[in-house]
Amino acid sequence: MPKDNGIGASPKRREDVRFLSGTGNYTDDIQVNGQAYVHFLRSDIAHANINGINLDAASAMPGVIKIFTGADFEGVGGIPCGWQVTDRHGEPMQEPAHPVLAQGKVRYVGDQIAAVVAETLEQARDAAEAIEVDLEELPAVVDMKAALADGATKVHDDLTSNLCYDWGFVEENKPAVDAAFEAAAHVTTLELRNNRLVANPMEPRVAIGDFNRATGESTLYTTSQNPHVIRLLMGAFVLGIPEHKLRVVAPDVGGGFGTKIFHYAEEAFCTFAAKALNRAVKWTSTRSEAFISDAHGRDHVTKIELALDADNNFTALRTDTYANMGAYLSTFAPSVPTWLHGTLMAGNYKTPLIYVNVKAVFTNTVPVDAYRGAGRPEATFQLERVVDKAARELGVDPIALRRQNFITEFPYATPVAVEYDTGDYHGTMDALEKMADLSGFEARRKASEAKGKLRGFGVNCYIEACGIAPSNLVGQLGARAGLYESATVRVNATGGLVVMTGSHSHGQGHETSFPQVIAEMIGIDESMVEIVHGDTANTPMGMGTYGSRSLAVGGSAMVRATEKIIAKAKKIAAHLMEAAEADIELKDGAFSVAGTDKSVAWGDVTLAAYVPHNYPLEDIEPGLEETAFYDPANFTYPSGAYACEVEVDPDTGKVTIEAFNAADDFGNIVNPMIVDGQVHGGIGQGIGQALLENAAYDENGQLLSASYMDYAMPRASDVPFYGVDHSSQTPCTHNPLGVKGCGEAGAIGSPPAVINAVVDALRSGGHDIHHIDMPVSPSRVWQAMNG
Amino acid sequence: MYNFDFEKPSTIADAVSALSAEDAQALGGGQTLLPTMKQRLASPSKLVSLKGIAEMQGICTGDDGALCIGGATTHADVAAGAGAYPGLAALAGGIGDPAVRARGTIGGSLANNDPSACYPAGALASGATFVTNAREIAADDYFQGMFTTALDEGEILTEVRFPVPEASNYQKFEQPASRFALVGVFVAKYADGVRVAVTGASEEGVFRWTEAEAALSGNFSANAIADMTPGEDGMISDLHGTAAYRAHLVGVLTRRAVTAAG
Repeated sequence: MPKDNGIGASPKRREDVRFLSGTGNYTDDIQVNGQAYVHFLRSDIAHANINGINLDAASAMPGVIKIFTGADFEGVGGIPCGWQVTDRHGEPMQEPAHPVLAQGKVRYVGDQIAAVVAETLEQARDAAEAIEVDLEELPAVVDMKAALADGATKVHDDLTSNLCYDWGFVEENKPAVDAAFEAAAHVTTLELRNNRLVANPMEPRVAIGDFNRATGESTLYTTSQNPHVIRLLMGAFVLGIPEHKLRVVAPDVGGGFGTKIFHYAEEAFCTFAAKALNRAVKWTSTRSEAFISDAHGRDHVTKIELALDADNNFTALRTDTYANMGAYLSTFAPSVPTWLHGTLMAGNYKTPLIYVNVKAVFTNTVPVDAYRGAGRPEATFQLERVVDKAARELGVDPIALRRQNFITEFPYATPVAVEYDTGDYHGTMDALEKMADLSGFEARRKASEAKGKLRGFGVNCYIEACGIAPSNLVGQLGARAGLYESATVRVNATGGLVVMTGSHSHGQGHETSFPQVIAEMIGIDESMVEIVHGDTANTPMGMGTYGSRSLAVGGSAMVRATEKIIAKAKKIAAHLMEAAEADIELKDGAFSVAGTDKSVAWGDVTLAAYVPHNYPLEDIEPGLEETAFYDPANFTYPSGAYACEVEVDPDTGKVTIEAFNAADDFGNIVNPMIVDGQVHGGIGQGIGQALLENAAYDENGQLLSASYMDYAMPRASDVPFYGVDHSSQTPCTHNPLGVKGCGEAGAIGSPPAVINAVVDALRSGGHDIHHIDMPVSPSRVWQAMNG
Repeated sequence: MYNFDFEKPSTIADAVSALSAEDAQALGGGQTLLPTMKQRLASPSKLVSLKGIAEMQGICTGDDGALCIGGATTHADVAAGAGAYPGLAALAGGIGDPAVRARGTIGGSLANNDPSACYPAGALASGATFVTNAREIAADDYFQGMFTTALDEGEILTEVRFPVPEASNYQKFEQPASRFALVGVFVAKYADGVRVAVTGASEEGVFRWTEAEAALSGNFSANAIADMTPGEDGMISDLHGTAAYRAHLVGVLTRRAVTAAG
């Protein structure tokens, strides 16, 4: 019988009751007394000098309180970047200024020219239309390679070029890698693009700035995955507000997928304007604004080469990537194509020599930053595509080629600076093969062919680095932050617990899964535990949720704090039972003395802690509340094997996903239902990237897919029922729960399987095709077949 | 959205009168007009809802056997009530999603004449008659290019009369994002010939593929147009497909429609 409490149980998500019944408290639900509304006038030109802004007519419009422009922010810091990458030559990246409102120039369609604060939103919009802006259009820089050509127009006039950095990893490996290619029996080469995506969380971004004149405190309500990070970045680097005078609240947040990690200009604006006007100022993004102001994801152009010896062993890997930064550096943008991408290029394989080159480029497009998977999907896609191509060129089975090159001994130090602690790649592949019914494929292919369809099977593996991250390591790599996590566990007198976590749930289900861990540790019911997150005023300094880190890092902090609680409670129990502390055991919510029938209930001990009439006051303080900060010793390394089966209609090029199976190794699992859901959602996003989603710019820097009329999000009918298997479990060796993280796996692991399957299908129809760029839309597939 | 006045008359005469105001605009189900207004891309001074006009609602059969559909009839009602013309009912049942079909109207769609909408293909292939408050317009005269029709300002499309064909079928290949027709082809076989109308493909909006009509009128089978494709000149080329791809789809979908019509 499955467990119904604690680790391994699958209680329904308690937060869903309010989400599904419309009683959540999202940022836009918050109404601050007397709030005014801001509307941002955004550039509709990708690149232009601002020769003048005339506010006369607009300022006289009804309801207008004040119109701000870049000039109002000259004494204010710019939006900071949280990661500094050092290039191949030891030089720091080029880091342009990023003003809150544009100063002198606009650099992408969506860049903020002015901000109108008015009594109502409609009045703010009306006045924005009356602002006269004299824009002198400049050539737009859109294509990355053209942006690096001699004489290219510069996005930032004060930089030497549009190159942010030229990164080599591991630079010392390059000669050996090149030599291995010279000596290779076979080299497979593939050029591809990892398509630009818009994250599209269901809830658009919202920011409300508030200022309390009596206390001098500013409050920002915002749709953030990491309120403490926003408090630090905005307080220290932009507005100069000390943290004790700044509170950041991120209440219920309706999806983030990375794009709500970053500190955005709108947050700084609302906080700044609230103080300047002594009025709360609210901004709610429209969906149209989200397309041109939320940081985008992916957008890499890559050439990858794989060298093999005569026995089909991988001997070296070499990649050459152009990574689009957009017009400014978003908070963690520089880290995505480098430390979150290059370090994953070994994948699941024992390739001994690897060299990764990444050129990060400024263009007149929306800034690009982390999006579900962040660098790891880009790494996985190119690696698993080139391995598939190699198998075809060599005439060997793609699964066999992968298995032959799997890493099998752990810990394993890759040539790209990380050490995998555990894994069982044959184990997940075994589970996948079972689920995917490989032996039945030929019959299914024949059935498809009888209907005039082509059927293809695609497989891939993935490895990711999650549980971000050891602070000392990321500090050496250029992070301007530590990446620990925190938890305060407060036990109430009557035995209930409140956990104040620095992690942030924006759909992950922490309010359900975190209590399961504590219930398991103490032996009480989950309902006795409440999770508090998302408010800097009542949670310890934490780094938030992204990179599949919450349970591995935030959960570990909670475990450490709970261990302190239990240790103290045992002292109290020992006192109450007049026994030696070493003899106290905690089981099923009761403390007992080993070898006796003496016991006291959890609630008796917690009551004693707060009503310390009979209490070891000479040894310990009253109360039962502990805080722990947990800094991981290593990344965690979830891995898996995914398979996709597609049908292609050769007449129209339309691809349909007939089956998708995923075998993941997430280490130990706390709530299997939530893990399944995370994988389902991730695969849905991966299928979206592979088949549908495409943030496409024209040569003038206009976003062609700037609404749902042209940006294709995956819908229920675009995806199949998934097969998922999490039976292969190699627990993480360095965190107390043995967990690895599951949030991004689906999005990382699924796109290559889809494309591998499409290529397989087309080749079965006699088309000599090795690659189609994502999204593999019907028109692209037809073009490839008839090109 | 800018401010506007709103009227919901109960007779066609009152609607015509209300629409005589400057910059007044008729409102059907609002599935195109309201989003456009929210984007501030349209700013009518007054919206005149046609949904309160009883005589513009519903489906009946005319003396000549034609299916007569009131201009304010929703897609959902056509899908459910046009059983006498299964090809048209299926077209209506495939527009948008249930919410769109519950609000959107046939008159609204045909008056808007979106180049990717479904109804223009059905109406043109049927040789439908467009009845307005002032006159009757033949389908071949009604469609005049993207978002352009023979309707005069303030003229209301009160009813559309569809001659019921012997066989018909609509094939829509969806644009992946909007799920409007990337290309849609409606084939209708009448005693006096076959009509083929194409939506989604042309820069001129819905059009008749006369070459295929001629071939199919002699031999109503996919084989009759086996290798036929309209020229790609004038076809739409965008993010979702080139002109050549759209031209190719016209051939594929027409063959499928003929086969499905049987």
